Amino acid sequence: MHPEPQHHEHVVAGGALPHPSDGYTHDHDEVPHTHPDPGVDPHEPLVAGPRALRIGIGGPVGSGKTALVAALCRALGDELRLAVVTNDIYTTEDADFLLRNGVLPAERVRAVETGCCPHTAIRDDISANLDAVEDLEATLGPLDLVLVESGGDNLTATFSKGLIDHQIFVVDVAGGDKVPRKGGPGVTAADLLVINKTDLAPLVGADLAVMDHDARARRGDRPTVFLSLVEDRLATPVADWIRDLAKARIPA
Amino acid sequence: MGLATLLVLADGRLPSGGHAHSGGLEAQVSAGRVRDIDDVAGFLHGKLATSGLVAAAFAAAACDRPARSPELDAGFDSRTPSPALRKASRAQGRALLRAARAMWSLPPVSREPHQPVALGVVASAGGLTPVEAAVAAAHGTVSGAASAAVRLLGLDPYAVHGLLARLAPDCDRIAAAAAARAGDPVDDLPAAGAPLLDIGAELHATWEVRLFAS
Ligand SMILES: Nc1nc2c(ncn2[C@@H]2O[C@H](COP(=O)(O)OP(=O)(O)O)[C@@H](O)[C@H]2O)c(=O)[nH]1
Ligand SMILES: [Mg+2]
Repeated sequence: MHPEPQHHEHVVAGGALPHPSDGYTHDHDEVPHTHPDPGVDPHEPLVAGPRALRIGIGGPVGSGKTALVAALCRALGDELRLAVVTNDIYTTEDADFLLRNGVLPAERVRAVETGCCPHTAIRDDISANLDAVEDLEATLGPLDLVLVESGGDNLTATFSKGLIDHQIFVVDVAGGDKVPRKGGPGVTAADLLVINKTDLAPLVGADLAVMDHDARARRGDRPTVFLSLVEDRLATPVADWIRDLAKARIPA
Repeated sequence: MGLATLLVLADGRLPSGGHAHSGGLEAQVSAGRVRDIDDVAGFLHGKLATSGLVAAAFAAAACDRPARSPELDAGFDSRTPSPALRKASRAQGRALLRAARAMWSLPPVSREPHQPVALGVVASAGGLTPVEAAVAAAHGTVSGAASAAVRLLGLDPYAVHGLLARLAPDCDRIAAAAAARAGDPVDDLPAAGAPLLDIGAELHATWEVRLFAS
């Protein structure tokens, strides 16, 4: 399954109607279709131009995913048409947070329930998240960027490529400077690793040089950035990383 | 007739959105009505005899004649008084169609049909028969809630699967009855209801914190 807008409900391969006795027949060169609800157009909305860049933001509970989303909305809200999908069990918490902070109006945020399995919803069965992304695009019109925040999970959670184009994994220094060394798919394979809350490093005795060294060893050429969202309210290195990706997609 | 195809369609790992729904169980657990394995057994029995029966009937009918899906969809709507449950059923129908499009070539169908109607249409596209669509519907009705029970109550997963095995003959029986009536007028199809599921779903939809979408 792939989220590219390639599916079209009315394109029916020859012979797809298994019961020719249904009471209607079509010439073989005609695309058969019905409009069950007069007044309701059953077509998928047409995607004008390329669909939005989708970025997944994963990482353990409390590492700063929502704070990062808020910072990115602040940094990019004026230059990119953006929307957010959250997978938090507090169905309105993250949306309220973004709203309260004045970074994103409520209609640009959708919450998805994950049935106790946050990583299932972003990896194994991504349907609810895809539906949320499509609904946002259908109600808001074309978007440049959709941020998908995963529910807080452990270090093994990663996003399916069927849902997002690139993923960011957020850990924090308060989790201990051993986190990058432990690895796991989030730390090793994410397109960008964010080590957040560097302002707390002296308080928790975390050695940033150790984290940097271990992250490099784990991640090879993949980028890692250090961040303190209380000091950098625009998450500048992350926003720049996204700007480059968005630029690469939208031909000048 | 394709047994392996039926297994593909009925597989709990099919990415069709089911994992996020508890089939009404979360509301009943929270209300204190379902606490242990015996309560879950009662819940599943009741669910199979009511929503399972209706789902099987509509899946069989839609599989029998996919072109009837708009009419069946309206009939299922009128058997689903709770707006929250209508929404949950349509969301799962839409998700199932998304998964199915990657597997088979589907006939024309609306964007967000009720799940059992979508299931029947999809089963037909996969070359399955009405009785097979009905088995998948009946089994799906209980297996989804059973898996939610393991997660919500921390029950022994073997005990819960024991329940499902004991319910399997009931699923077959209900499916056979549903398939035998697949060609009936929509108004004559089963309309069994479970008011506590409807009420629970409406309350559940208002919660600030919930683990499942329904
Ligand atoms: N000191 C400090 N606190 C932060 C930073 N980033 C986030 N927080 C706080 O960490 C807590 C959890 O952040 P949140 O974004 O909700 O985490 P999430 O569960 O990953 O979404 C909140 O109280 C934030 O204000 C940071 O860089 N420094
Ligand atoms: Mg959060």
